[in-house]
Amino acid sequence: MSDREQEGSSGVSRREFLKISGIAAASVPLIAGPAVLKVAGEEVAVHGPDKTPITLNVNGKNYSAELEPRVTLLDALRQDFEITGPKRVCDRGACGACTVLLDGKTVYSCSVLAIEAQGKPIVTVEGLMQGEQLHPVQAAFVENDAQQCGFCTPGFVVATKAFLDKHPHPTPEQVHRGLGGNFCRCGTYDGIRKVVSQLGKA
Amino acid sequence: MPEYTWPEAGKRTFIGKRISRVDGPLKSSGRAKYTYDIVRPGMLYGKVLRSPYAHARVVSIDTSAAEKMPGVKAVHVVQGAGKEVFWAGDDVVAVAAVDERTAEDAVRAIKVEYERLPHLVVDAQEPKSGADSRGPLSKTELLALIDTDASDNQVVQQIQNRGISFHPTPELLGQWREQHIKEEVLQALQKAEVKTSSETPDSSWYKVTGKQTQGDAEKGFQEAEVVSEGTYGQPVITHCCLETHGGIAEWTDDQNILAHFSTQNVPGLAEQLGRALGMPAANIHVHQDHVGGGFGSKLGLDRWGVAAAQLSKKAGGKPVKIMLERDSELKVAGCRPSAYARVKIGAKKDGTLVAWESYSWGSGGVGGGGSPPLPYVLNIPNQVKQHTAVVNNIGPARAWRAPNHPQACLITMSALDDLAAKLNINPLDLYRKNIALAKPREKIYLEEFQVADDLMGWSSRWHPRGDKTPGPVKRGLGLSLHTWGGRGHNSQCDLTIFPDGSVEIKMGTQDIGTGTRTAILMVAADTLGIPMEGIKLLIGDNSYPPDGASGGSSTIGGVSSSTFRAAVDARDQLFATVAPALNAQPADLEAVGGSVRVAKDPSRSLSWSAACSKLGPHAVTVRGKNPGEGELTNSGVGGVQMADVSVDVETGVVKINKMVCVQDCGLVVNPKTAESQCLGALIMGVSYALYEEKVMDQATGIMLNPHMDSYRLAGLGDVGELVVHMMTGPGYDERGVIGLGEPPTVSPGAAISNAVANAIGVRVPMLPLTPDRVLEALENAAGGHA
Repeated sequence: MSDREQEGSSGVSRREFLKISGIAAASVPLIAGPAVLKVAGEEVAVHGPDKTPITLNVNGKNYSAELEPRVTLLDALRQDFEITGPKRVCDRGACGACTVLLDGKTVYSCSVLAIEAQGKPIVTVEGLMQGEQLHPVQAAFVENDAQQCGFCTPGFVVATKAFLDKHPHPTPEQVHRGLGGNFCRCGTYDGIRKVVSQLGKA
Repeated sequence: MPEYTWPEAGKRTFIGKRISRVDGPLKSSGRAKYTYDIVRPGMLYGKVLRSPYAHARVVSIDTSAAEKMPGVKAVHVVQGAGKEVFWAGDDVVAVAAVDERTAEDAVRAIKVEYERLPHLVVDAQEPKSGADSRGPLSKTELLALIDTDASDNQVVQQIQNRGISFHPTPELLGQWREQHIKEEVLQALQKAEVKTSSETPDSSWYKVTGKQTQGDAEKGFQEAEVVSEGTYGQPVITHCCLETHGGIAEWTDDQNILAHFSTQNVPGLAEQLGRALGMPAANIHVHQDHVGGGFGSKLGLDRWGVAAAQLSKKAGGKPVKIMLERDSELKVAGCRPSAYARVKIGAKKDGTLVAWESYSWGSGGVGGGGSPPLPYVLNIPNQVKQHTAVVNNIGPARAWRAPNHPQACLITMSALDDLAAKLNINPLDLYRKNIALAKPREKIYLEEFQVADDLMGWSSRWHPRGDKTPGPVKRGLGLSLHTWGGRGHNSQCDLTIFPDGSVEIKMGTQDIGTGTRTAILMVAADTLGIPMEGIKLLIGDNSYPPDGASGGSSTIGGVSSSTFRAAVDARDQLFATVAPALNAQPADLEAVGGSVRVAKDPSRSLSWSAACSKLGPHAVTVRGKNPGEGELTNSGVGGVQMADVSVDVETGVVKINKMVCVQDCGLVVNPKTAESQCLGALIMGVSYALYEEKVMDQATGIMLNPHMDSYRLAGLGDVGELVVHMMTGPGYDERGVIGLGEPPTVSPGAAISNAVANAIGVRVPMLPLTPDRVLEALENAAGGHA
């Protein structure tokens, strides 16, 4: 999806990354919580490898846990906070089943570290509901039978919502590209195209 | 005696209507809980050490370091020293730990020594006949060879060249003499070199089945005026369920297990697990609300499922969850057998089919694989065919939507399409001419041809093979037809009407995404004359009345029939109770629109809840069963598909423009979800036709593309325009409810392959139709000078 290509999802610029990796040769103390090291004349926080306190804002609520810095956003959501809408399918940024909104942008939550996702609002498929009411995208998925086993559906719903926000009246080409980052095995694409065309006409 | 017949079209309130799936809101809001999502109190996470080799013997295992690691709660050897593993990725040791990362670390700390054994993981080449590099002949192989009508000379030669792997004892030779095995062969056996060492295992990679014949193929080919020959096939592909295989097992006490498994077989799993553990099935409680895809690969219990139960026992009964990682899923949990064939077809100049010959082979791992039913759909009068199962180490075969049919369809319909091209006739005309060979479904196919023709514009748009328009992008049309059984399986349910008017149905079935829940509720609501929301449905648990596994497209016929019978019986009991209050006979009543009323005088009516209150203090519960009275389900469907593709002859890229699917499945309960099955089948078909292959490396024996970035599925932009037409109404509805999940997945590969041939003028013999294969076919056609 073009959004993903344009945004540096890690939130770490290339220059910052080089500075951090520049200290890799030096030994990092095995302590919990961030240590502050001076690198290239600047102070840089270093986390892990042990557990460190992490707070995420998911669907408007704060969730806290002690997590190793290597824990992905997806695993933190699913295993630590029991928010299981986002699914673990490919676990390497290829299928889109774990798609969530991070600061309003779609990300593959399997490819974002939980520690990096702090301080930004995270919205999962559960968070699109308005109380007990389905979001219009969710309702359109039901109406157009854009789901079978339903395992890819949460990621597709989030991706479709974000796509329509950005392209309220998309062309078929835009749909193909914009929703090309999610895969379905049952074959629900026709229903999803109908969802987009139904909501995109409004 | 109640009559169990589906209501006529004019009397259906839900059946045949487009109803949104009832679990849709749960799924689209992320609230549907799958096995993968379940977290049990105190749950441990299991990981499995898997064989890195395609064929090896386990020599020794050292788990001591793993056992000492903090957080590791149980270690279980699945296949210990001396065990032979037959595919890369097979389970060797399982570990349970407090979290996944600790379990992964523990797996890495286990040391296993293997003795590597010879492996075979490729199968696209036709097995050579006669003496070759294979090992000595085994008994079964020798008998198979004799069965194949090999001449005695050939058999003797094989014995002399290859040796034998068994001792020809006088008893054995005596037995065989009695079975009329020729004296020359027996003499050769006595003189043969006996090789029984481990380097020459007592099995061959190839199991040849006997030649099957029908009519007189030799005579048929003599009478043929045109003969077309070709080789066609498709490799092993993998199911790639988005929810990987796995489950959670826990000992709730020292006698009982609670199991949450990702499965297509809730009712059958307890018995499978009980057998593996040596405990009564009655002590195993299986539950599953939703399953993230199965497609035939989740019908049986797997080694990791047993391991989860064994780890749980070792960990004092704590729940142990093992879900496969994506690469394991693709390596070991999905393997649709390959099938290839060298085919010869003979026909008259007018297209009348007279003779078929095929030498097919294919693999589904150590068990061989299914044998494709050739020739497919059209029963050509004179036939000779032989199949060789390639016994190899590619992974364990699993059923895939319509086992063996897509393979047989590709081989047959490609061969027929090539014949049509050679005869220079429109393939649709060839099929029409020979449709009597599709008995008993010839009428269905003829009607479907017409619908498909109209939807695709076949007759107006079809051109002879090879698009002559200028430019590199060539367009073509292809067609295919298919069949499947789909009779409803054994099914039972309990339907209860409570005195307050509420209704509950319990059935030990599962909804694998086909809309089973919705169909059950539609049938019950239609029969009881109440809204679907007025019925509570409980499924996905083996404590409910037993249904069957969701395989073979047998679910819809089974669950709709048992539900219908239960609803009719419960309704009739209600009628008997309330008839006096309406001053009528029970047979005069009907349940319509939330009321129970006299059919001929609707003014004499009770609301549903008022009627139910007459039941007194006790609810009415009836058991509905399938099979049972009345012809509610049936078997045998027909379908026709057409593909419209564009092929860039410079890049080899194939693009789907449009697919048409015309499908019969008897009485359609819910057209909305039925069409979704067809749409999904077309999409899955595009995927396996263009992209999917389990790519194996013969040097290392491993799968090279076990992730979703390298195991490519079709995406939303790859599938073109999709048109589905369900055959319904007179001629179809009265056949009863027939399964649908599998048949429409059969034809896409053949239809697309034929469309590509029609576009570029040459056959691309093997699926998937990747750019390299397309370009190779074009080069070969150009004499290798392209």
